[in-house]
Amino acid sequence: MIDRRLFIHFDWVLLGIVLFITSIGILNLYSVTSNGETTGAPLYLKQIIWLAISLGAMLVIAFVEYRRFTDFAYIVYTTAIILLVLVLGYGIITSGAQRWVKLGGLNFQPSEFVKISLIMALAKFFQRYPGREGYSLRHLLYPFFLLFLPMALILKQPDLGTAIILLLVFLSVLIFVKVRWSSLITLGVIGASILPLVWRFLKDYQKRRIITFFNPDLDPLGASYHLIQSKIAVGSGGILGKGFMKGTQSKLGFLPEQHTDFIFSALGEEWGLVGCFFVIGLYFLLILWGLRVAVESKDRFGAILSFGVVAMLFWHIFINIAMVLGLMPVVGIPLPLLSYGGSFLLSTLIGIGLLLNVSMRRYLF
Amino acid sequence: MMELNTQRMEDFKERYRYLKLFAGAAFLLLFVYLWYLQVIRGSDLRQLSENNRIRIREMVADRGMLMDRKGRILAHNRPSFEVFIVPEDIRSNPEALEKISKILNLSQEEIGEKVKGLKRRPAFRPIKLKSDIDWDKLVILESNRIHLPGLLVDVRPTRAYHYGSLASHLIGYIGEVDENELKQTKDRAYRMGSMIGKYGVEYEWETQLRGVDGGRQIEVDALGREIKPLRSVDSFPGNNLFLTIDFNLQKVAEEAYQDKNGALVAMDPKTGGILAMVSKPSFDPSMFARNITAEEWRALLEHPFHPLQNKGIQGQYPPGSVFKIVTAIAGLETEAITPQTQMTCTGVFPYGNRNFRCWKEKGHGTLSLHRAIVESCDIFFYQVGLKVGVDAIAHYAGELGLGRKTGIPLPHEKAGIVPSTPWKKKRFGVSWYSGETLSFAVGQGYLNTTPLQLLMLISAVANGGRFYLPRVVERVEDIYGKKLKEYPSEEIGRADISGKTLRIIQEALLGAVNEQGGTGGGSALKQVKVAGKTGTAQVVRMAADFKKGDMNRMPLKFRDHAWFTAYAPFEDPQIAVAVLVEHGGYGGVAAAPIAKKVIEKYFDLEASPPVKVEEASEDSVYD
Repeated sequence: MIDRRLFIHFDWVLLGIVLFITSIGILNLYSVTSNGETTGAPLYLKQIIWLAISLGAMLVIAFVEYRRFTDFAYIVYTTAIILLVLVLGYGIITSGAQRWVKLGGLNFQPSEFVKISLIMALAKFFQRYPGREGYSLRHLLYPFFLLFLPMALILKQPDLGTAIILLLVFLSVLIFVKVRWSSLITLGVIGASILPLVWRFLKDYQKRRIITFFNPDLDPLGASYHLIQSKIAVGSGGILGKGFMKGTQSKLGFLPEQHTDFIFSALGEEWGLVGCFFVIGLYFLLILWGLRVAVESKDRFGAILSFGVVAMLFWHIFINIAMVLGLMPVVGIPLPLLSYGGSFLLSTLIGIGLLLNVSMRRYLF
Repeated sequence: MMELNTQRMEDFKERYRYLKLFAGAAFLLLFVYLWYLQVIRGSDLRQLSENNRIRIREMVADRGMLMDRKGRILAHNRPSFEVFIVPEDIRSNPEALEKISKILNLSQEEIGEKVKGLKRRPAFRPIKLKSDIDWDKLVILESNRIHLPGLLVDVRPTRAYHYGSLASHLIGYIGEVDENELKQTKDRAYRMGSMIGKYGVEYEWETQLRGVDGGRQIEVDALGREIKPLRSVDSFPGNNLFLTIDFNLQKVAEEAYQDKNGALVAMDPKTGGILAMVSKPSFDPSMFARNITAEEWRALLEHPFHPLQNKGIQGQYPPGSVFKIVTAIAGLETEAITPQTQMTCTGVFPYGNRNFRCWKEKGHGTLSLHRAIVESCDIFFYQVGLKVGVDAIAHYAGELGLGRKTGIPLPHEKAGIVPSTPWKKKRFGVSWYSGETLSFAVGQGYLNTTPLQLLMLISAVANGGRFYLPRVVERVEDIYGKKLKEYPSEEIGRADISGKTLRIIQEALLGAVNEQGGTGGGSALKQVKVAGKTGTAQVVRMAADFKKGDMNRMPLKFRDHAWFTAYAPFEDPQIAVAVLVEHGGYGGVAAAPIAKKVIEKYFDLEASPPVKVEEASEDSVYD
């Protein structure tokens, strides 16, 4: 059944990079959450359990012939949309937002899987090339529909971070598949003109975060305090860092959401510039490797699918770190393979599974 | 085999170069900024983290005031000096801890408990040790400030209730937010230690009252002493509420209860504005505002007469003979009886294998509806009940608002119970016994009502069947006196009962207070025509050999509850009132005089002598 050549061509380098970053993530999580604050199982243990599940899922995904996904792409997409509607109806509310459904004892966040399903649906759509001229606005009507449906549902939750990621992944794919320049410019103009409209749909706390980013004096207790403390944490790490388990900012509870969205500031505090450089380097390697997998793919579907996954990883990494360093407003976007969070780890590793899949089949066809 | 689509793959190769460059540039940007933070600003930021030295001081907003309808202040804020410690700053300094514990009269263990008691607390978050310290202690603390690092004294507004327990159940109370409330309100308006409305108006109008907290970021040195303020945002006070109650009327009503328990609600029957709302025993809401102690809390919870319950809307009691109004209306509307129908009362009414008694042992003789209501004859209404049937009575009880919430904007309102044959089948799985109809017709048995429901009932009778939403807040103003919100009178329903029937009932209620032999004579006034109905709710079934007058010799907890509902003036009703005296005995004796005091006050008449529960004599009127 499974071709023996698959093992020969298995992308060990990609798997190695991913496992390396993941181990750093678990270690870092152990350090951050080991000050006895939480009751129940320690978070790093929960994360290890999720990791085991996710690695299993990744391998399953990797060994299914990826072109079979063209048959399922729209089914997967529709399922993800239905889950999103369910979460709005019956979801558990945390932090004032409905993002979770309970599935057999595990809390599960459908918006994570919307990312993957959107990428699949886009890959399926764009595998047909329209002709010499490239894609024009008329061709993009359907993909836009594919984007807006989940985006609207996710904004309703509200989860600004995931919505932004969907938009960025979508735009990246447009650039990758070569949409006509004139069409891209028109899109840009339309986008700029509806921005004020989007603003009206944001929740108060989201508006406040964006306003305080540009004017920190407005909210000394909330968002700007978090930004300052996050910057202090990273900066205080200096070149070599304070050492494993020695970060005071995270231990003393100055960092907000230190084990999820702000995990990088704990890393910066304990491992310094050297540690950060190392981790950012690994991420960079992951992105470059993924891009190569995409362009060396033997067909359009594989190329766009793997590029979509790379774009998703890239925007998560870039926006999260930029946010932690205070280069961007605080939007809830976690850091792949480092942040705590089961659904997010699972969706990340499913993405990696797709990359592995395309990568090891590039010699087969 | 699936086809491979390989059109224009060269496009991707072409993009590859730029994409690599783009990713490289993005990661370079991150790295450069990291360099800036960790190397160039590294030592600065490290210092900041080592002394971590940005502290947050909250500036708590003044809570909105509560006023009565005429603007008399019922709840406001007073400054209180509160002592906090920052555990992280004091850990290395046991002598300071000892000093603090001595000055504040708190043992070090107690302080340790408070520090440990809070889960998931950032180490530099100040913890409140004591509220409301007196001037002497403040002076000692302030003069020793330099030796007491990690200690903070802050002036904060504390809720104060001018008149202690007056209208405590209506006003409600505030307390520290608990974890659930924090989870539910994630908009950062509350922090651990913030105060939040927990009950009554303080709870329902929380968003109007709370105001917006301000805060300061302060840089402190390694010992926790303030070096300089960094940023500051002022607090903004909450909005003021004008309640519908009248302070003077409320006061008279509360005093009329003396040491008795129960509930009184008075309302303008034509607008739904609540004029007074008493529930006894009451509590002192300021106890909660200054953090109630465990013993105080237990004492309130274990009190046999439930001081934390607003009995006007949460207490459910059988309405007793007050319910004869409903039975009479059911009889007239279904034409089972006419005003002329006569029945005979011999004092005993045998039905099934039981003897149902009238409260008047010797019996009332032969009488018609008017006199039956005036004298509250039980046997007359047993017979009406049998003619009309349980479900028709239940229907008219529903028409008159029983068995469902009135919609008063206060927490935990109860709906009461109106039994019927389907209800009993569903609840107990057995059929209705016709004997139960007899108890039901005179307001005993399964039937349960709140005082507010009976107030709505009597108000509807008084004003032609109209129901108005009970209101407790008249309007909301901001601190500059600008009107933000008004709660106008709102008609929420009309009982489907003919005007003719209502007039007959009104006349009978007038008679019950003013005619010879009327049970409500205890509330009669010379200057104003009062109409009303007494009631006595059985707590336990009477013993067979029970003699009238025995009531005062019974243990308190077995004595019946006394009811009186009334409105005045008869011609143009302006005030309706429902009075319940728990274990007060007969309605005409214990409850009617309390209603009288309130009506007297409302019309500014000269007060009658204090209410006394007289020893029952052979010829007093009961029920």
